[in-house]
Order: sequence, then structure tokens, then C-alpha cells
Amino acid sequence: MNWKKSFIPLINPLSKDNPVIVQILGICSALAVTAKMEPAVVMAISVTAVLAFANVIISLIRKTIPTSIRIIVQLLVVAALVVIVDQVLKAYTYDVSKALSVFIGLIITNCIIMGRLEAFALNNTPWASFLDGVGNGLGYGIILVIVSFFRELLGSGTLFGCQIFPQAWYEAGYMNNGLMILPPMALIVVGCIIWVHRSINKDLQE
Amino acid sequence: MKGLKKQIDKIKPNFEEGGKLSKLHSVFDGFYTFLFTPNETSKSGVHIHDSNDSKRAMITVVIALLPCCLFGMWNIGLQHFMAVGDPSRNFFSLFFYGFFAVLPMILTSYIVGLGIEFIVAQIRGHEIQEGFLVSGLIIPMICPVDTPCWMLAVAVAFAVIFAKEIFGGTGYNFLNVALVTRAFLFFSYPSKMSGDSVFVSLGGQPAVDGFSGATPLGQVASSGITQVTDTLGNVLSNTDIFLGLYPGSWGETSTLCILIGLAYLLLTGVGNWRIVLSGVLGGLAMALVAYNWQTPLYPCTYLNPLTQISLGGFMFAIVFMATDPVTACRTHIGQYIYGALIGIIAILIRCYNAGYPEGAMLAVLLMNCFAPLIDYCVVNLNIRKRMRRMTVRNF
Repeated sequence: MNWKKSFIPLINPLSKDNPVIVQILGICSALAVTAKMEPAVVMAISVTAVLAFANVIISLIRKTIPTSIRIIVQLLVVAALVVIVDQVLKAYTYDVSKALSVFIGLIITNCIIMGRLEAFALNNTPWASFLDGVGNGLGYGIILVIVSFFRELLGSGTLFGCQIFPQAWYEAGYMNNGLMILPPMALIVVGCIIWVHRSINKDLQE
Repeated sequence: MKGLKKQIDKIKPNFEEGGKLSKLHSVFDGFYTFLFTPNETSKSGVHIHDSNDSKRAMITVVIALLPCCLFGMWNIGLQHFMAVGDPSRNFFSLFFYGFFAVLPMILTSYIVGLGIEFIVAQIRGHEIQEGFLVSGLIIPMICPVDTPCWMLAVAVAFAVIFAKEIFGGTGYNFLNVALVTRAFLFFSYPSKMSGDSVFVSLGGQPAVDGFSGATPLGQVASSGITQVTDTLGNVLSNTDIFLGLYPGSWGETSTLCILIGLAYLLLTGVGNWRIVLSGVLGGLAMALVAYNWQTPLYPCTYLNPLTQISLGGFMFAIVFMATDPVTACRTHIGQYIYGALIGIIAILIRCYNAGYPEGAMLAVLLMNCFAPLIDYCVVNLNIRKRMRRMTVRNF
């Protein structure tokens, strides 16, 4: 029982307490990087890594941070981690790093990260904070992957750059939907996910 | 008619609560009230029922659309036979060519749109609303004749679900459904919604030499000429432009037919003259401003104001879509502001944004979003004015 309980921070953010579709945080980057699946997956992994380690570090030093400057300390930690992630991406996946451009740097301002640091890491042990960071990062990542799946499939006819719809369809008159590539459609896809999610979890309906 | 009513009354119990087909209650109710005026009276209090219910208002608009619709069909035929070099056809072959070209579009639009409305009404247990009667006819009319039916079906489904049903159905949508459909098509499949090859139906036949399917506004925007021509390069006279003898989204080219529809709408009191008046004046004013400061950078500014507003979808948007009572302003002062801004923005986009040869669609959608705000301001200004008048000052 106790063992199960300790994993609540990991499991909850995946669905019932999802940062994107329940708390409506991190929408901006969810709109910006989901036109293709590859950058979306990389973005999800980056955010998960930053969030998990920032949570652990803040949790470790939580008793020594003066309350009045805690936001600055948090920003400093997150910024350092983001720079590391940015450099790693540039070194190993240069193309994706180009595609994500400024959005890796903007992980610093992602409200999910500040929210979890403030709400969880400041009051919990490092292990629980780590699980919470991974859970929220994955919760964010799941939504990114679902949104980018539909956007890339319908907008470009590909998944991870491989063509999915056979060429014969295009010859028969099928066309990719250009609106899917544009950010407004990401908002509508996120809306649809929220719609489905809330009709399954009736307790979340307002 | 009496026999039909008897038959229908006989099967009616099946659809009432507890009957075999009670799940289809709203479908039955929809057809029933479509055929017969409801005979129900209120049970308590004194009420005055206007016989002009929303079904009748919708049918009035559909009748007002008919001149444009019929002319559009004939014009499709005319443009087609001009393009393939066979201009000597008689009236009927022109008309029926166009009729059969657009029939699949109209059917697609109605079947998909009404289908979704029926399903949603079933799920929610509502009565079937008649809001789609008008949208379903307007949608094909504001699309190019060569729009593939599957695209139309996708766009109609998107618009009905996301612009209407999720906000609560007919009467609750804040955006015009027909224009959302067109905007969806425009941004999703730009190559099928603009350009030179979609506005004239060639029907698989080769075009004659010198043919160009560009719409007049498209010609002005792309090549910067000021004399608009028809598809074969003959200069269009003002009469031709007024009658609508040029390629375009097929229902909206003829200013004359739009004016006939407008007259009918105003006579029956269904249309709103304030929005139309201020819209046309706003468009003329903006066109005049553009004409006065014409510049080769924006070739559309060379068009004279009257030509400017008779071309493209401007008049159609003002008369049939800006006046949509659900998405327009309610207050009278608000309606003047709303209409004028639609006119101004439509011509503004058309003249000064090279990406969009026609701006009426975007102008109406934009003002749809602002209509509640305009109403709010007008109402509050009025309240403040009256408050000031009634406040007793202590001297």
C-alpha cells in the first residue's frame, strides 16, 4: 500500500491531473512545436528531463532557500538545465534543434515547470519530487505526441517523416489539410482531447 | 394534404414517449413541423405567438437566395462554354450544365450538415433546429464551382460541429457557419480555393487559346492591370460587372440578383437594412479613400469605388452574411457600427493585403467576434447616459 502510494505523483499527472488538459498549462509550446512528431517527441523528452532534475535540485536545497528570493533561485536552476539540454540537442540532433529553435530556450518560461517547483518540490522529498517531475513531463509529453500525431498525419500525410497515405490517394484527389499545420488547429485538437477526456472522466466536468 | 396529415397522425404515437421509435422523436418532430404549422397553444397565461417563426424566416432567406443561385448556375454554363470555345449554346443547355455541376455540392452540404444536426439533436434530446436550411445553400454558393465534394463535406462537418454545435446549436453560434466553412476550405486547401483554375468548370475539356480562369479581382491583384477582362481577354463593361458575367465563387457574382434578393428580404422584414446600408456606405467610403490615394504598389486601389463593391463577394457577404441575426449586433447603433466596419475592413483587406484578393469573408468573421463587444459598449453607454440624466444633484 505504502509502495503504491509513493507512485501517486508519477501516475496522477498522466490523466486525472494532467498539466495540459486539466490544468491548462504549457499550451503555448503545445501549439508551437506540434506540427511534426519528431520535434514534439524531442520537446517532450527535454521538458521531462528539465522538470525532473529541477524538481530534484530544488527539493534538495528547499530548506536553505530564503522565501523572498525563491523564484530567482528556481529560475537559475531551470535556466542552467535548459542550457545543458540545448547544448546536448545541438550536439546530437542538430536538425531537430534547428526546428525547435527558440522553444527549447523558452522551456524556462514553461508554466508547468515553475508550477511544479512552487507547488511540489518546495514541500516534498527529492524522490517524490523526481517522480512528480517525470510524471508531469510525461503527462505533457503524451498530449504533445497525440496532438502532433493528428497534425502531422492530416497536415503532411506523414509520421516521423515517413509517408503514410499511399501515393494513389493523392492521385485520386486527396489533399493534405493545410490548416492542420497552422497553430489554430493545434488549439482545436487540444480542445478535442479535453472534450474526450472530460466525457470519460465525468468528475472533471464543471 | 388532409390525407397526408391523417397518415402522419396515425404513425405519430410510435414516436411519442414510450412508443416503439421514441428515440427518433426529434426527427419526426422536425419533419412534422416542417410540413404543418404546429397547432399547440400555451397552457397558462396570455401569449401572443408570431406566425413568423424561425422556419419561415429561414425559408424567406432561401427564396431571396434563389435569384443568385439560378443566375449562378446559368453563369457556370456560360463560362464553361466560353472557355471550351462553344458559345452558341442555348439558354437551357447553359443552365443545366451549371445545374448539374453544382447539384452534388448542394446535396453534399445539406446531407452532411443536416445529418450532423439530426444526430446531435438525437443525442441531446432537442428538437431539430432549422438553422442549417440557409447555411446549407449559402455554403456551395460561396465556393468555387470545382470544389471537390469530399473537401466540402469535411469543411461542413468541421463548421457545423466546431462553430455551432459545441456552442449549443442554432442560435448560439458566434461565428457565421457558412463563412467558417469557407474559411476552413480556404486555409486547408488553398490551391482548390483560389487561383486561376478553380473558378471555371472545364469539365475535362481543353480550353481555347488565350483562356485565363482568373477572377477580376484575382487579375487585378496578380498582374496589376486596371481593366478587368473576362476569361477570353475581352474587357468587361460596367454592365457586365453589375450583371455578374465573370468567373468567381458561383453564387456571388451578380450584383443585380443580390439586389433582387435584398429587396425581397427588406420587403418581408427579414433582412436588416441598417447593416446593409452602413456596410455598403463603409465599403464605398473605404474604396473612395483607396481610389483617391491610388498607388501602383496596391493595384486594387485603381478600381473605381462602384466597380470595387460590385466585384467579388462583397455585396453577397454584406446582404446575406453580415445580416445573419445570430452573429450580428442586436442594438441599432451597434448594427450601424458593425456594418460599417465590415465594409471598411473588407475593402481594406482587398486593397492593401496582397495575400488575399478578396477580404469580405475575413471581414465578416472578424466583426462576428467583435459584435458582442460592440453591443456591450452601446448598452453601457446608454445606461450611463440615462443614469446621468436621472441623478439628482445636490446644490
